[in-house]
Amino acid sequence: MSNGTLEVKAISGHRGGTPGKGVSRDYDVCKLVDTTTCIGCKACEVACLEWNGYEFRDTTFDNSHQTMPDTAWNFWNLIRFDERPSDDGTLQWLMRKDQCMHCADPGCLLACPADGAIVQYTNGIVDFNQEHCIGCQYCTTGCPFSIPKFNAETKKVYKCTLCSDRVGAGLEPACIKSCPTGCLHFGSKEDMLFEANKRVSQLQKNTQWTKAGVYDPAGVGGTHVIYVLGDASNPEAYGGLPANPTVPFFVKMWKGPLKWLGGIAMGLGIASIVGHYVRYGPKGVESAGDQGRAK
Amino acid sequence: MSSNIVVRHGTDLREDEIVRYTLKERMCHWVAGFSYLYLLATGLALFTPYLYWIAYVLGGGATIRFWHPWVGLIFLFGVLWMHQMWKDDMKTTKEDLAWRETIKAYVTNNDENVAPAGHFNSGQKTFYWVMFYGTLGLLVTGIFMWFPEWLSQGSGRSLHWVMSLMVFLHCVSALFTIGAFIIHIYMGIFFVSGGLHGILFGRVSTTWVKAHHPLWADKVVKEDRSRVSSSSFK
Repeated sequence: MSNGTLEVKAISGHRGGTPGKGVSRDYDVCKLVDTTTCIGCKACEVACLEWNGYEFRDTTFDNSHQTMPDTAWNFWNLIRFDERPSDDGTLQWLMRKDQCMHCADPGCLLACPADGAIVQYTNGIVDFNQEHCIGCQYCTTGCPFSIPKFNAETKKVYKCTLCSDRVGAGLEPACIKSCPTGCLHFGSKEDMLFEANKRVSQLQKNTQWTKAGVYDPAGVGGTHVIYVLGDASNPEAYGGLPANPTVPFFVKMWKGPLKWLGGIAMGLGIASIVGHYVRYGPKGVESAGDQGRAK
Repeated sequence: MSSNIVVRHGTDLREDEIVRYTLKERMCHWVAGFSYLYLLATGLALFTPYLYWIAYVLGGGATIRFWHPWVGLIFLFGVLWMHQMWKDDMKTTKEDLAWRETIKAYVTNNDENVAPAGHFNSGQKTFYWVMFYGTLGLLVTGIFMWFPEWLSQGSGRSLHWVMSLMVFLHCVSALFTIGAFIIHIYMGIFFVSGGLHGILFGRVSTTWVKAHHPLWADKVVKEDRSRVSSSSFK
Protein backbone atom coordinates (compact mmCIF):
# COMPACT_ATOMS: atom_id res chain seq x y z
CA MET A 1 0.00 0.00 0.00
CA SER A 2 2.38 2.62 1.13
CA ASN A 3 5.85 2.97 -0.37
CA GLY A 4 7.11 2.66 3.19
CA THR A 5 6.70 -1.10 3.11
CA LEU A 6 9.50 -1.44 0.57
CA GLU A 7 11.80 0.99 2.28
CA VAL A 8 15.10 -0.65 3.28
CA LYS A 9 15.31 -1.18 7.03
CA ALA A 10 18.48 -3.24 7.38
CA ILE A 11 21.17 -4.61 5.07
CA SER A 12 23.28 -7.72 5.65
CA GLY A 13 27.06 -7.41 5.97
CA HIS A 14 26.83 -3.65 5.96
CA ARG A 15 28.95 -1.41 8.15
CA GLY A 16 27.44 1.74 9.61
CA GLY A 17 24.01 3.20 8.99
CA THR A 18 21.59 1.75 6.52
CA PRO A 19 21.40 3.88 3.39
CA GLY A 20 17.86 4.92 2.58
CA LYS A 21 16.51 4.17 6.03
CA GLY A 22 13.93 6.73 7.10
CA VAL A 23 14.50 9.07 4.18
CA SER A 24 11.23 8.33 2.45
CA ARG A 25 8.16 10.02 3.83
CA ASP A 26 5.56 7.61 5.13
CA TYR A 27 2.92 8.46 2.59
CA ASP A 28 -0.66 8.53 3.56
CA VAL A 29 -2.71 9.02 0.45
CA CYS A 30 -5.29 11.68 -0.23
CA LYS A 31 -7.62 12.79 -2.98
CA LEU A 32 -8.07 16.49 -3.48
CA VAL A 33 -11.32 17.57 -5.15
CA ASP A 34 -11.40 21.18 -6.25
CA THR A 35 -15.11 21.91 -6.61
CA THR A 36 -14.39 25.25 -8.27
CA THR A 37 -12.97 23.59 -11.36
CA CYS A 38 -15.36 20.65 -11.59
CA ILE A 39 -17.49 20.91 -14.73
CA GLY A 40 -19.76 18.00 -13.92
CA CYS A 41 -18.65 15.91 -16.88
CA LYS A 42 -18.98 12.71 -14.81
CA ALA A 43 -15.90 11.13 -16.36
CA CYS A 44 -14.93 10.09 -12.82
CA GLU A 45 -18.23 8.23 -12.45
CA VAL A 46 -17.56 6.31 -15.64
CA ALA A 47 -13.94 5.58 -14.77
CA CYS A 48 -15.04 4.27 -11.36
CA LEU A 49 -17.58 1.92 -12.91
CA GLU A 50 -15.14 0.72 -15.54
CA TRP A 51 -12.28 0.04 -13.17
CA ASN A 52 -14.45 -1.74 -10.62
CA GLY A 53 -16.38 -3.66 -13.26
CA TYR A 54 -19.87 -2.49 -12.50
CA GLU A 55 -22.67 -2.03 -15.00
CA PHE A 56 -23.68 1.40 -16.13
CA ARG A 57 -26.94 2.45 -14.60
CA ASP A 58 -29.95 4.17 -16.04
CA THR A 59 -29.94 7.80 -15.14
CA THR A 60 -32.91 9.68 -13.78
CA PHE A 61 -33.94 13.10 -15.00
CA ASP A 62 -35.11 15.71 -12.51
CA ASN A 63 -34.70 18.82 -14.68
CA SER A 64 -31.17 19.35 -13.48
CA HIS A 65 -27.69 18.02 -14.00
CA GLN A 66 -28.27 15.55 -11.18
CA THR A 67 -28.17 12.24 -13.03
CA MET A 68 -29.24 10.05 -10.13
CA PRO A 69 -30.33 10.70 -6.58
CA ASP A 70 -27.69 8.81 -4.62
CA THR A 71 -24.68 6.57 -4.71
CA ALA A 72 -25.42 2.85 -4.71
CA TRP A 73 -23.72 -0.40 -3.75
CA ASN A 74 -22.38 -0.62 -7.32
CA PHE A 75 -22.12 3.13 -7.97
CA TRP A 76 -19.57 4.60 -5.59
CA ASN A 77 -18.82 7.93 -7.17
CA LEU A 78 -21.54 10.49 -7.88
CA ILE A 79 -21.36 14.10 -8.92
CA ARG A 80 -23.80 15.98 -6.73
CA PHE A 81 -25.32 19.02 -8.33
CA ASP A 82 -26.79 22.08 -6.71
CA GLU A 83 -28.16 25.14 -8.45
CA ARG A 84 -28.47 28.19 -6.26
CA PRO A 85 -28.54 31.95 -6.66
CA SER A 86 -25.47 33.90 -5.62
CA ASP A 87 -25.53 37.28 -3.91
CA ASP A 88 -25.53 39.22 -7.18
CA GLY A 89 -28.56 37.31 -8.47
CA THR A 90 -26.67 35.14 -10.92
CA LEU A 91 -26.90 31.37 -10.73
CA GLN A 92 -24.24 29.13 -9.26
CA TRP A 93 -23.83 25.59 -10.40
CA LEU A 94 -22.18 23.72 -7.58
CA MET A 95 -20.71 20.34 -8.42
CA ARG A 96 -19.21 18.00 -5.89
CA LYS A 97 -17.74 14.58 -6.46
CA ASP A 98 -19.28 12.47 -3.70
CA GLN A 99 -17.62 9.24 -2.55
CA CYS A 100 -16.24 7.67 0.60
CA MET A 101 -14.22 10.25 2.50
CA HIS A 102 -11.84 7.70 4.04
CA CYS A 103 -12.02 9.27 7.51
CA ALA A 104 -9.03 9.07 9.82
CA ASP A 105 -11.51 8.07 12.57
CA PRO A 106 -13.93 5.96 10.54
CA GLY A 107 -17.37 5.54 12.09
CA CYS A 108 -18.08 2.52 9.90
CA LEU A 109 -15.08 0.68 11.31
CA LEU A 110 -16.02 1.63 14.86
CA ALA A 111 -19.57 0.34 14.44
CA CYS A 112 -18.73 -2.90 12.59
CA PRO A 113 -19.00 -6.07 14.73
CA ALA A 114 -17.51 -8.49 12.17
CA ASP A 115 -13.86 -9.43 12.60
CA GLY A 116 -11.90 -8.12 9.63
CA ALA A 117 -14.82 -6.83 7.59
CA ILE A 118 -13.50 -3.27 7.59
CA VAL A 119 -9.82 -2.42 7.58
CA GLN A 120 -7.99 0.85 7.74
CA TYR A 121 -4.58 0.87 6.11
CA THR A 122 -1.74 2.99 7.39
CA ASN A 123 -1.95 4.96 4.16
CA GLY A 124 -5.42 6.13 5.24
CA ILE A 125 -7.57 3.97 2.98
CA VAL A 126 -10.62 2.48 4.70
CA ASP A 127 -11.60 -0.68 2.87
CA PHE A 128 -14.42 -3.22 3.15
CA ASN A 129 -13.67 -6.94 2.96
CA GLN A 130 -16.94 -8.37 1.71
CA GLU A 131 -15.90 -11.95 2.53
CA HIS A 132 -16.01 -11.03 6.22
CA CYS A 133 -19.05 -8.76 6.00
CA ILE A 134 -22.11 -10.21 7.72
CA GLY A 135 -24.61 -7.72 6.30
CA CYS A 136 -25.70 -6.20 9.59
CA GLN A 137 -25.27 -2.66 8.22
CA TYR A 138 -24.03 -1.24 11.50
CA CYS A 139 -21.45 0.58 9.32
CA THR A 140 -24.23 2.62 7.75
CA THR A 141 -25.24 3.84 11.21
CA GLY A 142 -21.67 4.87 11.96
CA CYS A 143 -20.99 6.79 8.75
CA PRO A 144 -21.78 10.53 8.92
CA PHE A 145 -21.67 10.75 5.12
CA SER A 146 -24.20 7.95 4.34
CA ILE A 147 -21.66 6.21 2.12
CA PRO A 148 -21.82 2.42 2.70
CA LYS A 149 -24.58 0.87 0.61
CA PHE A 150 -26.25 -2.49 1.13
CA ASN A 151 -26.75 -5.04 -1.62
CA ALA A 152 -29.91 -6.91 -0.69
CA GLU A 153 -28.97 -9.79 -2.98
CA THR A 154 -25.48 -10.53 -1.71
CA LYS A 155 -26.31 -9.25 1.80
CA LYS A 156 -23.05 -7.32 1.84
CA VAL A 157 -22.15 -3.67 2.05
CA TYR A 158 -20.02 -1.89 -0.53
CA LYS A 159 -18.34 1.46 -1.01
CA CYS A 160 -15.47 3.27 -2.67
CA THR A 161 -12.14 1.55 -1.99
CA LEU A 162 -10.10 4.61 -2.95
CA CYS A 163 -8.88 2.16 -5.57
CA SER A 164 -6.80 0.33 -2.96
CA ASP A 165 -5.91 -2.19 -5.66
CA ARG A 166 -4.54 0.52 -7.95
CA VAL A 167 -2.89 2.49 -5.16
CA GLY A 168 -1.20 -0.69 -3.94
CA ALA A 169 0.33 -1.05 -7.38
CA GLY A 170 1.54 2.54 -7.38
CA LEU A 171 -1.25 3.89 -9.59
CA GLU A 172 -3.57 6.80 -8.90
CA PRO A 173 -7.28 6.05 -8.38
CA ALA A 174 -9.35 5.62 -11.56
CA CYS A 175 -11.42 8.77 -10.97
CA ILE A 176 -8.29 10.88 -10.67
CA LYS A 177 -6.89 9.50 -13.91
CA SER A 178 -10.04 10.37 -15.83
CA CYS A 179 -10.51 13.99 -14.75
CA PRO A 180 -10.15 16.32 -17.74
CA THR A 181 -10.02 19.64 -15.88
CA GLY A 182 -7.41 18.86 -13.28
CA CYS A 183 -9.99 19.32 -10.57
CA LEU A 184 -8.95 15.98 -9.08
CA HIS A 185 -5.52 15.49 -7.55
CA PHE A 186 -3.93 12.59 -5.77
CA GLY A 187 -0.88 12.40 -3.52
CA SER A 188 0.11 12.47 0.12
CA LYS A 189 -2.20 14.20 2.55
CA GLU A 190 0.50 16.73 3.27
CA ASP A 191 0.95 17.58 -0.39
CA MET A 192 -2.78 17.73 -1.07
CA LEU A 193 -3.35 20.06 1.87
CA PHE A 194 -0.55 22.26 0.57
CA GLU A 195 -2.11 22.32 -2.90
CA ALA A 196 -5.56 22.93 -1.48
CA ASN A 197 -4.47 25.85 0.65
CA LYS A 198 -2.59 27.34 -2.27
CA ARG A 199 -5.72 27.10 -4.39
CA VAL A 200 -7.85 28.62 -1.63
CA SER A 201 -5.65 31.69 -1.30
CA GLN A 202 -5.66 32.02 -5.09
CA LEU A 203 -9.47 31.89 -5.12
CA GLN A 204 -9.81 34.38 -2.29
CA LYS A 205 -7.43 36.80 -3.96
CA ASN A 206 -8.51 36.54 -7.59
CA THR A 207 -12.16 35.45 -7.73
CA GLN A 208 -15.50 36.19 -6.12
CA TRP A 209 -14.98 33.12 -3.89
CA THR A 210 -13.84 35.15 -0.93
CA LYS A 211 -15.13 32.53 1.49
CA ALA A 212 -13.24 29.71 -0.18
CA GLY A 213 -11.76 27.08 2.11
CA VAL A 214 -10.51 23.54 2.55
CA TYR A 215 -12.90 20.86 3.75
CA ASP A 216 -10.97 18.42 5.95
CA PRO A 217 -13.41 17.90 8.81
CA ALA A 218 -11.79 17.53 12.23
CA GLY A 219 -14.84 15.80 13.69
CA VAL A 220 -13.81 12.55 12.00
CA GLY A 221 -10.10 13.13 12.52
CA GLY A 222 -9.68 14.64 9.07
CA THR A 223 -10.35 12.78 5.84
CA HIS A 224 -8.31 11.25 3.05
CA VAL A 225 -10.56 12.94 0.53
CA ILE A 226 -10.46 16.71 0.93
CA TYR A 227 -12.35 19.41 -0.92
CA VAL A 228 -11.66 22.95 -1.97
CA LEU A 229 -15.05 24.61 -1.57
CA GLY A 230 -15.84 27.97 -3.16
CA ASP A 231 -17.90 28.80 -0.11
CA ALA A 232 -16.49 26.90 2.84
CA SER A 233 -18.93 28.63 5.20
CA ASN A 234 -21.76 26.59 3.72
CA PRO A 235 -20.66 23.04 2.88
CA GLU A 236 -24.30 21.90 2.92
CA ALA A 237 -24.78 23.78 -0.36
CA TYR A 238 -22.46 21.28 -2.00
CA GLY A 239 -24.84 18.35 -2.26
CA GLY A 240 -25.48 18.19 1.47
CA LEU A 241 -21.88 17.96 2.63
CA PRO A 242 -22.22 17.98 6.44
CA ALA A 243 -20.71 21.07 8.05
CA ASN A 244 -19.44 19.24 11.14
CA PRO A 245 -19.52 15.51 10.50
CA THR A 246 -18.92 13.30 13.51
CA VAL A 247 -19.49 9.66 14.30
CA PRO A 248 -23.06 9.63 15.69
CA PHE A 249 -23.22 10.12 19.46
CA PHE A 250 -25.07 6.89 20.15
CA VAL A 251 -22.58 4.85 18.12
CA LYS A 252 -19.80 6.23 20.30
CA MET A 253 -21.79 5.50 23.46
CA TRP A 254 -22.67 2.00 22.30
CA LYS A 255 -19.13 1.10 21.25
CA GLY A 256 -17.57 2.96 24.17
CA PRO A 257 -19.04 3.13 27.67
CA LEU A 258 -21.95 0.76 27.04
CA LYS A 259 -19.68 -2.01 25.83
CA TRP A 260 -17.41 -1.71 28.83
CA LEU A 261 -20.11 -1.13 31.42
CA GLY A 262 -22.15 -3.98 29.95
CA GLY A 263 -19.18 -6.32 30.00
CA ILE A 264 -18.24 -5.37 33.54
CA ALA A 265 -21.85 -5.70 34.72
CA MET A 266 -22.19 -9.17 33.18
CA GLY A 267 -18.88 -10.28 34.67
CA LEU A 268 -19.76 -8.91 38.10
CA GLY A 269 -23.20 -10.50 37.84
CA ILE A 270 -21.75 -13.94 37.25
CA ALA A 271 -19.09 -13.43 39.92
CA SER A 272 -21.79 -12.35 42.36
CA ILE A 273 -23.95 -15.42 41.91
CA VAL A 274 -20.96 -17.70 42.27
CA GLY A 275 -19.99 -15.83 45.43
CA HIS A 276 -23.53 -16.02 46.71
CA TYR A 277 -23.74 -19.74 46.05
CA VAL A 278 -20.51 -20.40 47.88
CA ARG A 279 -21.58 -18.21 50.81
CA TYR A 280 -25.22 -19.23 51.22
CA GLY A 281 -25.63 -22.40 49.18
CA PRO A 282 -28.90 -23.68 47.84
CA LYS A 283 -32.22 -22.79 49.38
CA GLY A 284 -33.76 -25.96 50.77
CA VAL A 285 -33.86 -29.14 48.75
CA GLU A 286 -36.61 -31.01 47.02
CA SER A 287 -37.41 -33.02 50.13
CA ALA A 288 -36.58 -30.36 52.66
CA GLY A 289 -40.14 -29.82 53.75
CA ASP A 290 -39.04 -30.10 57.35
CA GLN A 291 -37.23 -26.78 56.95
CA GLY A 292 -40.58 -25.35 55.88
CA ARG A 293 -41.72 -21.95 56.94
CA ALA A 294 -42.19 -20.61 60.38
CA LYS A 295 -45.17 -18.44 59.68
CA MET B 1 -59.03 -39.78 44.90
CA SER B 2 -59.50 -43.07 43.17
CA SER B 3 -55.98 -43.56 41.84
CA ASN B 4 -52.60 -42.49 43.00
CA ILE B 5 -51.78 -41.32 39.46
CA VAL B 6 -53.48 -38.16 38.31
CA VAL B 7 -53.05 -37.03 34.73
CA ARG B 8 -53.50 -33.38 34.03
CA HIS B 9 -52.23 -31.54 31.02
CA GLY B 10 -49.94 -34.38 30.14
CA THR B 11 -48.48 -34.59 33.59
CA ASP B 12 -48.07 -37.73 35.66
CA LEU B 13 -48.74 -36.89 39.23
CA ARG B 14 -47.92 -38.83 42.35
CA GLU B 15 -49.93 -38.70 45.53
CA ASP B 16 -47.61 -36.24 47.27
CA GLU B 17 -47.13 -34.00 44.28
CA ILE B 18 -48.85 -30.95 42.84
CA VAL B 19 -48.94 -29.71 39.27
CA ARG B 20 -46.93 -26.53 39.31
CA TYR B 21 -46.65 -25.98 35.57
CA THR B 22 -48.97 -27.51 33.00
CA LEU B 23 -47.54 -28.94 29.80
CA LYS B 24 -48.58 -25.80 27.96
CA GLU B 25 -46.80 -23.58 30.46
CA ARG B 26 -43.68 -25.70 30.27
CA MET B 27 -43.67 -25.75 26.48
CA CYS B 28 -44.11 -22.02 26.42
CA HIS B 29 -41.30 -21.54 28.94
CA TRP B 30 -38.87 -23.62 26.92
CA VAL B 31 -39.77 -22.06 23.59
CA ALA B 32 -38.91 -18.73 25.16
CA GLY B 33 -35.95 -20.18 27.05
CA PHE B 34 -34.16 -21.90 24.19
CA SER B 35 -34.81 -19.11 21.72
CA TYR B 36 -33.48 -16.66 24.31
CA LEU B 37 -30.31 -18.71 24.70
CA TYR B 38 -29.69 -18.50 20.96
CA LEU B 39 -30.44 -14.79 20.92
CA LEU B 40 -28.14 -14.26 23.89
CA ALA B 41 -25.24 -16.14 22.30
CA THR B 42 -25.57 -14.52 18.89
CA GLY B 43 -26.31 -11.10 20.34
CA LEU B 44 -23.22 -11.22 22.54
CA ALA B 45 -21.14 -12.29 19.53
CA LEU B 46 -22.13 -9.06 17.80
CA PHE B 47 -21.90 -7.00 20.99
CA THR B 48 -18.21 -7.47 21.69
CA PRO B 49 -15.21 -8.68 19.66
CA TYR B 50 -14.17 -10.79 22.65
CA LEU B 51 -17.19 -13.01 22.05
CA TYR B 52 -17.22 -12.94 18.24
CA TRP B 53 -15.89 -16.52 18.35
CA ILE B 54 -19.46 -17.56 19.13
CA ALA B 55 -20.34 -16.48 15.59
CA TYR B 56 -17.85 -19.00 14.18
CA VAL B 57 -19.23 -21.74 16.43
CA LEU B 58 -22.78 -21.03 15.28
CA GLY B 59 -22.10 -20.99 11.56
CA GLY B 60 -20.41 -17.65 10.90
CA GLY B 61 -21.31 -14.00 11.26
CA ALA B 62 -23.56 -13.84 8.21
CA THR B 63 -25.45 -16.91 9.42
CA ILE B 64 -26.16 -15.56 12.88
CA ARG B 65 -27.09 -12.18 11.41
CA PHE B 66 -29.66 -14.01 9.27
CA TRP B 67 -31.13 -16.16 12.05
CA HIS B 68 -31.03 -13.78 15.00
CA PRO B 69 -34.12 -11.80 13.92
CA TRP B 70 -36.08 -14.91 12.98
CA VAL B 71 -35.31 -16.57 16.30
CA GLY B 72 -36.25 -13.24 17.83
CA LEU B 73 -39.73 -13.72 16.40
CA ILE B 74 -39.92 -17.20 17.96
CA PHE B 75 -38.89 -15.69 21.29
CA LEU B 76 -41.51 -12.99 20.85
CA PHE B 77 -44.10 -15.66 20.20
CA GLY B 78 -43.04 -17.45 23.40
CA VAL B 79 -43.20 -14.27 25.44
CA LEU B 80 -46.61 -13.23 24.12
CA TRP B 81 -47.96 -16.73 24.70
CA MET B 82 -46.58 -16.64 28.23
CA HIS B 83 -48.06 -13.21 28.76
CA GLN B 84 -51.46 -14.45 27.74
CA MET B 85 -51.19 -17.28 30.30
CA TRP B 86 -49.47 -15.56 33.19
CA LYS B 87 -50.20 -11.85 33.05
CA ASP B 88 -52.81 -12.10 35.80
CA ASP B 89 -50.54 -14.26 37.93
CA MET B 90 -47.82 -11.67 37.57
CA LYS B 91 -49.75 -8.74 39.04
CA THR B 92 -48.26 -7.33 42.21
CA THR B 93 -50.27 -8.17 45.31
CA LYS B 94 -50.03 -6.89 48.86
CA GLU B 95 -48.39 -10.17 49.79
CA ASP B 96 -45.67 -9.29 47.31
CA LEU B 97 -45.09 -6.00 49.08
CA ALA B 98 -44.66 -7.88 52.33
CA TRP B 99 -42.33 -10.37 50.63
CA ARG B 100 -40.17 -7.57 49.28
CA GLU B 101 -39.76 -6.24 52.82
CA THR B 102 -38.13 -9.55 53.71
CA ILE B 103 -36.07 -10.01 50.56
CA LYS B 104 -32.83 -9.79 52.52
CA ALA B 105 -33.90 -12.77 54.58
CA TYR B 106 -34.82 -14.61 51.37
CA VAL B 107 -31.47 -13.94 49.75
CA THR B 108 -29.52 -14.99 52.84
CA ASN B 109 -31.53 -18.21 53.27
CA ASN B 110 -32.97 -16.93 56.54
CA ASP B 111 -36.21 -18.53 55.40
CA GLU B 112 -38.08 -18.45 58.70
CA ASN B 113 -38.30 -14.69 58.35
CA VAL B 114 -39.46 -14.58 54.71
CA ALA B 115 -43.01 -13.42 54.17
CA PRO B 116 -45.11 -16.13 52.47
CA ALA B 117 -45.33 -16.00 48.68
CA GLY B 118 -48.13 -17.00 46.32
CA HIS B 119 -47.93 -18.85 42.99
CA PHE B 120 -45.01 -16.64 42.01
CA ASN B 121 -42.97 -14.65 44.48
CA SER B 122 -42.24 -11.00 43.91
CA GLY B 123 -38.76 -11.74 42.57
CA GLN B 124 -40.17 -14.03 39.91
CA LYS B 125 -42.68 -11.38 38.97
CA THR B 126 -39.97 -8.77 38.71
CA PHE B 127 -38.01 -11.08 36.43
CA TYR B 128 -41.10 -11.61 34.33
CA TRP B 129 -41.73 -7.90 33.82
CA VAL B 130 -38.08 -7.11 33.09
CA MET B 131 -38.16 -9.78 30.38
CA PHE B 132 -41.55 -8.67 29.09
CA TYR B 133 -40.70 -5.00 28.72
CA GLY B 134 -37.18 -5.87 27.63
CA THR B 135 -38.69 -7.97 24.86
CA LEU B 136 -40.89 -5.08 23.73
CA GLY B 137 -37.84 -2.82 23.63
CA LEU B 138 -35.85 -5.41 21.72
CA LEU B 139 -38.73 -5.91 19.32
CA VAL B 140 -39.21 -2.25 18.42
CA THR B 141 -35.50 -1.56 18.02
CA GLY B 142 -34.83 -4.97 16.48
CA ILE B 143 -37.27 -4.52 13.64
CA PHE B 144 -35.40 -1.42 12.53
CA MET B 145 -32.10 -3.25 12.89
CA TRP B 146 -33.46 -6.09 10.78
CA PHE B 147 -34.05 -3.62 7.96
CA PRO B 148 -31.73 -0.69 8.72
CA GLU B 149 -31.99 0.54 5.13
CA TRP B 150 -35.43 1.91 6.04
CA LEU B 151 -33.84 4.59 8.15
CA SER B 152 -30.27 4.86 7.00
CA GLN B 153 -30.61 4.82 3.25
CA GLY B 154 -32.72 6.42 0.60
CA SER B 155 -34.19 9.31 2.51
CA GLY B 156 -30.76 10.81 3.11
CA ARG B 157 -29.37 11.72 6.46
CA SER B 158 -32.42 13.16 8.19
CA LEU B 159 -33.27 9.97 10.11
CA HIS B 160 -29.74 8.66 10.21
CA TRP B 161 -29.18 9.32 13.92
CA VAL B 162 -32.36 7.41 14.81
CA MET B 163 -30.78 4.19 13.60
CA SER B 164 -27.78 4.58 15.91
CA LEU B 165 -30.20 5.23 18.78
CA MET B 166 -32.05 2.02 17.89
CA VAL B 167 -28.87 -0.05 18.09
CA PHE B 168 -27.94 1.60 21.37
CA LEU B 169 -31.35 0.94 22.90
CA HIS B 170 -31.31 -2.64 21.61
CA CYS B 171 -28.09 -3.19 23.55
CA VAL B 172 -29.43 -1.47 26.66
CA SER B 173 -32.64 -3.55 26.60
CA ALA B 174 -30.63 -6.71 26.03
CA LEU B 175 -28.32 -5.92 28.95
CA PHE B 176 -31.28 -5.51 31.28
CA THR B 177 -32.65 -8.88 30.22
CA ILE B 178 -29.21 -10.46 30.57
CA GLY B 179 -28.92 -9.19 34.12
CA ALA B 180 -32.31 -10.66 34.93
CA PHE B 181 -31.47 -13.83 33.03
CA ILE B 182 -28.26 -14.46 34.97
CA ILE B 183 -30.24 -14.27 38.21
CA HIS B 184 -33.01 -16.43 36.75
CA ILE B 185 -30.61 -19.20 35.73
CA TYR B 186 -28.92 -19.07 39.12
CA MET B 187 -32.21 -19.17 41.02
CA GLY B 188 -33.83 -21.82 38.89
CA ILE B 189 -30.94 -24.23 38.60
CA PHE B 190 -28.72 -23.63 41.60
CA PHE B 191 -30.25 -21.55 44.36
CA VAL B 192 -33.75 -23.00 44.59
CA SER B 193 -33.35 -26.76 44.59
CA GLY B 194 -36.18 -28.44 42.76
CA GLY B 195 -37.00 -25.39 40.69
CA LEU B 196 -35.54 -26.84 37.49
CA HIS B 197 -37.36 -30.12 38.11
CA GLY B 198 -40.59 -28.20 38.38
CA ILE B 199 -40.27 -26.39 35.08
CA LEU B 200 -39.00 -29.52 33.33
CA PHE B 201 -41.63 -32.01 34.48
CA GLY B 202 -44.32 -29.76 35.84
CA ARG B 203 -44.76 -31.47 39.18
CA VAL B 204 -43.36 -30.57 42.56
CA SER B 205 -43.80 -32.06 45.99
CA THR B 206 -46.28 -30.54 48.35
CA THR B 207 -43.47 -29.94 50.82
CA TRP B 208 -41.61 -27.99 48.17
CA VAL B 209 -44.63 -25.85 47.47
CA LYS B 210 -45.26 -25.28 51.14
CA ALA B 211 -41.67 -24.19 51.57
CA HIS B 212 -41.42 -21.87 48.57
CA HIS B 213 -44.97 -20.82 47.72
CA PRO B 214 -46.98 -21.34 50.93
CA LEU B 215 -49.91 -19.08 50.00
CA TRP B 216 -50.36 -20.93 46.73
CA ALA B 217 -49.92 -24.24 48.54
CA ASP B 218 -52.74 -23.37 50.91
CA LYS B 219 -54.98 -22.74 47.95
CA VAL B 220 -53.94 -25.56 45.69
CA VAL B 221 -53.56 -28.38 48.14
CA LYS B 222 -57.04 -27.81 49.46
CA GLU B 223 -58.99 -26.81 46.40
CA ASP B 224 -57.18 -27.54 43.21
CA ARG B 225 -56.01 -31.02 44.00
CA SER B 226 -59.50 -32.29 44.61
CA ARG B 227 -60.50 -30.86 41.24
CA VAL B 228 -57.49 -32.20 39.45
CA SER B 229 -58.55 -35.81 39.30
CA SER B 230 -61.96 -35.19 37.80
CA SER B 231 -61.68 -32.29 35.40
CA SER B 232 -59.59 -30.14 33.08
CA PHE B 233 -57.89 -32.56 30.77
CA LYS B 234 -57.90 -29.99 28.03
